[in-house]
Amino acid sequence: MNSKRNDRIATGVIYLLVGIVILLLVGIIGNILISGVPHLSWHFLTSASSSFEAGGGIRDQLFNSLYLLILTLLISLPIALGAAIYLAEYAKDNWVTQLIRTTIEILSSLPSIVVGLFGYLLFVVQFGLGFSIIAGALALTFFNLPILTSNIEEAIKGVPQTQREAGWALGLSNWKTIRGIVLPAALPGIITGIILSAGRVFGEAAALIYTAGQSGSTVDYSNWNMFSPTSFLNVMRPAETLAVHIWKVNTEGIIPDVTVVSAATSALLVIVVIIFNFGARALGNWLYNRLTAAKIK
Amino acid sequence: MENWQTQKTYIKTFKDEDCAIYTEDLSVFYGGTIQKLFDVSLGFKKNTITALIGASGSGKSTFLRSLNRMNDRVARVDGKIMFHDLDVNQQKINVYELRKAIGMVFQKPNPFPKSIRENITYALKANGQQDKQKLDQIVEESLRAAALWDEVKDKLDKSALALSGGQQQRLCIARAIALKPEILLLDEPASALDPVSTAKLEDTLKQLRKKYTMVMVTHNMQQASRISEYTAFFHLGHALEYDTTTNIFTNPQGEITEKYIQGSFG
Repeated sequence: MNSKRNDRIATGVIYLLVGIVILLLVGIIGNILISGVPHLSWHFLTSASSSFEAGGGIRDQLFNSLYLLILTLLISLPIALGAAIYLAEYAKDNWVTQLIRTTIEILSSLPSIVVGLFGYLLFVVQFGLGFSIIAGALALTFFNLPILTSNIEEAIKGVPQTQREAGWALGLSNWKTIRGIVLPAALPGIITGIILSAGRVFGEAAALIYTAGQSGSTVDYSNWNMFSPTSFLNVMRPAETLAVHIWKVNTEGIIPDVTVVSAATSALLVIVVIIFNFGARALGNWLYNRLTAAKIK
Repeated sequence: MENWQTQKTYIKTFKDEDCAIYTEDLSVFYGGTIQKLFDVSLGFKKNTITALIGASGSGKSTFLRSLNRMNDRVARVDGKIMFHDLDVNQQKINVYELRKAIGMVFQKPNPFPKSIRENITYALKANGQQDKQKLDQIVEESLRAAALWDEVKDKLDKSALALSGGQQQRLCIARAIALKPEILLLDEPASALDPVSTAKLEDTLKQLRKKYTMVMVTHNMQQASRISEYTAFFHLGHALEYDTTTNIFTNPQGEITEKYIQGSFG
């Protein structure tokens, strides 16, 4: 009866440990949501932040976060996709490939403040881009590339080898097999990988403080001229994101409602990331069904 | 396991012009030095089914996959593979064109995660066939030839993954013959199927014999005796015996062949 008792103890311990993890997660997310959501309002989302008075919003920060995210993905996705296809389909299993993989792993664990300072030196100072959205997007690309590449590589590797053989046996070239058979089959996984990495980028602060900057300049949402300094689309203007905003109001903010603003902003950030995660799953499933025409009646 | 040197080889030969494809001294090396196949010279008669039998690791699949150059990326293949008076085991041969002429069906059904129709049309479209009517016609012809048409004609745009294993395998055959190959290579096509699906698949293959030359690897000796005219026995990378299926199963020449047929090893 000893093994039965041991089994019960082991099961109990595992349940306990899982319970602790869940409790922690629910506690943190619950705390952020409970303290922040009551302060979220349409006014908060649609008005500019204030420097001195209470009652400021986060309109610009929200837009900047989304804009930066889109730019970052536009730059990093093609590079990551190419690198992932190379690693998954073409790279020979030798020391060069091992070196590339190790480099990617190291890069992905690089502290984001280091990425930020590197971006500051290279893009802001050396390239003379100044504190700007584009400098921030380039720094975030550095931050995002390793994770995105390995996510996409995993998705591509997840496609069974038999699918590739089927393509080759039909006289399809290697590239046609990859493009027409492997990539569509991997697409749901690729989309999930993109959106999960987007969540990370969206919440990033340290890499942006010294690249995209903090000062929220005047932004005119009716000015569609990308090259005008006040245009919301101008990539050369400094831009504060949600995460940087939280950091700023808490370190150097002089507005009286600091706690309210940072709690509400945190809640918004968490909510957007949660939406990303659920969205990733839903979109992945939907795409898979679309692509495989798996409508079983 | 038995030592191959204890048995002489008994290989039936055909006139070159009677063969759809034949090999001369085909050897396969993995990793540069590990030899998996030793000087195999076999000819496959037009419009017949030839079974390749032998224990696991005997080299029969390696041999089969060499015929349409599927081993290109993983192994070195020496020797000649004669197809239409041309040695197709040469670097300059366009393997993509070759594989259209020599189709292949795999052990595990591997339809693309696309609709039934697209499974068949994908390779055709990639080869430049865009005419919708022509494509529809080829889809129907191929599915009829693979004896699948009646079961799927109302759901051509549904996912191929929703089909049963046996139907998927026949779809893979339809997909291969849509390219109008001359030879079909079958690598244990029924090993993942239940007996009913297997019987259907065998019926399909017997029908296809009229138009195609088939070479089939199988572990199932009943299957080999049911549908093939000729059988080759592989042992430790050597083709030891090749004859009519009847002779192999009723009157094998070699001792090892006999033991294998009787099920003493393998």
